[in-house]
Amino acid sequence: MRLGLEKRDYRSTRMTVLVPIVSLLISFLLGAIVLAISNVNPLQTYGAMLKGAFGSQTKIQYTIAKTIPLLLCGLAVGIAFRLKFWNIGAEGQYVAGVIGITWVMQFWTFLPNMLLLPVGMLIGVLCGAFWGGIPGALKAQWSVDETLTTLMMNYIIIGYAEYLYINAWKAPRGNMGTVRYPEFAWLPRIWGRVHSGIYFALILVVILWFVLYKTRWGFELNMIGKNRRAAQCQGVSIKRNIILAMLVSGGIAGLAGVIDSAAVTHQLTKGVNSGYGFTGIIIAWMSGLNPFVSIMVALIMAALETGSDALQLMKLPAAMGEVMQGLILIPLLAGSIFTEYKLVTHTSHKEATV
Amino acid sequence: MNLLDFITRLLAATLAMGTSLTYATLGEVYTEKTGILNLGMEGTMLMGALAGFATAFNTGNLLLALLMSMLVGALLSLIHAFLCITMRANQVVAGLAITMFGTGLANFLGQRLGPATNNFNLTGMNIANKFSNIAIPGLSGIPIIGALFDVSLLTYALYAILPFSWFFMYKTKHGMVVRAVGENPRTAAAMGISVTKIRYLYTLIGGMFAGLGGACLSLSFIPSWNEGMTGGKGWIVIALVIFSTWNPGRVVIGTLVFGGITSLQFSLQAAGLKMVIPSQFLGFSPYLITLVVLTAMTIINQKKKGSFASPSALGVSFAIDDK
Repeated sequence: MRLGLEKRDYRSTRMTVLVPIVSLLISFLLGAIVLAISNVNPLQTYGAMLKGAFGSQTKIQYTIAKTIPLLLCGLAVGIAFRLKFWNIGAEGQYVAGVIGITWVMQFWTFLPNMLLLPVGMLIGVLCGAFWGGIPGALKAQWSVDETLTTLMMNYIIIGYAEYLYINAWKAPRGNMGTVRYPEFAWLPRIWGRVHSGIYFALILVVILWFVLYKTRWGFELNMIGKNRRAAQCQGVSIKRNIILAMLVSGGIAGLAGVIDSAAVTHQLTKGVNSGYGFTGIIIAWMSGLNPFVSIMVALIMAALETGSDALQLMKLPAAMGEVMQGLILIPLLAGSIFTEYKLVTHTSHKEATV
Repeated sequence: MNLLDFITRLLAATLAMGTSLTYATLGEVYTEKTGILNLGMEGTMLMGALAGFATAFNTGNLLLALLMSMLVGALLSLIHAFLCITMRANQVVAGLAITMFGTGLANFLGQRLGPATNNFNLTGMNIANKFSNIAIPGLSGIPIIGALFDVSLLTYALYAILPFSWFFMYKTKHGMVVRAVGENPRTAAAMGISVTKIRYLYTLIGGMFAGLGGACLSLSFIPSWNEGMTGGKGWIVIALVIFSTWNPGRVVIGTLVFGGITSLQFSLQAAGLKMVIPSQFLGFSPYLITLVVLTAMTIINQKKKGSFASPSALGVSFAIDDK
């Protein structure tokens, strides 16, 4: 008798729910082992992280404020992943969004004050969409590998952003960073650190859920992801959908950048490549590409980040948050196989027929 | 400073910079040749850099440091291999997980493996031994080419490893097996080759080389430990593999060009020359060039079945009982 895998006839719903939850528990267990081996008390560290993320009103506000861009990046990546377009360029599309809004804030001063923020946001989103659209078009037109193009384009735009905030758009004072956006063009805060960007994020969750699960376009995207040939036979235009999905995906990642800079940083400066785009990939993957589940996962990721900031103050190794973020994916990736395959024991009789 | 001197120095800097890139790129070529895409290079290199530095700091033994960096690189790739080969996970996401986990773990351990006097931090520590340049008398005095004979042992080793890798991949039977697994795993399996075994083996070898590439940074290039000290080199490696068109013999062309571009910035600054192109533009030019080269290669391959193609089964999981 030996263990083997057998393909399930249908994707297991039970496993789809169970695997991410069990994976999360396993990763915390693994994290505890890492901590224990390196002579740090795991319970104390996790306790400190939990307190750092949710210990007071201000801390909860910080965590929620961090959840907003993360959630948007997760949504952005999720759309592309739906048609198996491996967009790992959300980071760059995020930066493109920040460049877009900063450009408007700096140079479109002819606009009436009231319009500066909406126009800036729109241009930022368009920049993100443009940066996402290029790899989309390259893939659709010549099937250029999107993993590599989106990856390369991250570093191109990050380098360009650096040029802008160190050279071309540098504020007269200081040695880096643009002039801050005028105060009337900031996204208003609604509860302490929590800003109105949260409305955009939550409304987008509902819209995306509706579009992806209830409309023909959502159905088409799913079909392309599941079975490209079948989709083609049904007359679904793959090229058009790839480009469209990437415009939307890049636009949403751009929106994440736009919102975070209009509400939190108020300028283009060092740290614009915050890693939110990469974390968005974890969020999309863990949530099973479901917009509503993404909210929860984004909150966990944000808590890991604010939680590890707290570790630094307590002289505990702050990099533990990073370790956990990467660690969470590993059991999940290993476990995902059980949604499509089941474990079977081959009896000796069966072995004879194999 | 005269031009000859300038070029010689530029080449020396390029070789120092390129050594780390060459090891890691060679490793990734091996891995991708069997059809496994490992985007975990950045994390693996950083772990290699840490393992090498921490070992050298605590024992002073450079050989042990190299072995540790290779071991750690292999272990990290073992996770990738397990996820992608045994558990048939998505290779892109698995690779990113390895990078995130590796980067985080290296930064975490960097805050734990140092001396108690420095709050267990390794940053800012020095190591007693490092891989210094060894000049070959006579040869190293020649203008320009002399730079080739005044490098560290890690670079000298490459002079042998590179031609051997090319020979191995294209002229030996085992190299053919490796290529077959990456091009057409089903046929390879039908011929009695264990696709799983080969893929595991070369993912591990790839990780060993990446670890070594990281160690080149922390033991020779800038002997120190800094959080995130690979600074995106692991991603350049992914680009360089494309640039080499998956041929171990051509790896060095890419690493020299890109190592050269990076060194040029510093050399020009050191020579007091005002930069015409902003340094950030030089910084992202490798990625831009790769983007253009990749697009051009893909288009050419479609027009006529060329020799630039990536291994056909790259990124595709394989199971013998799949229908």
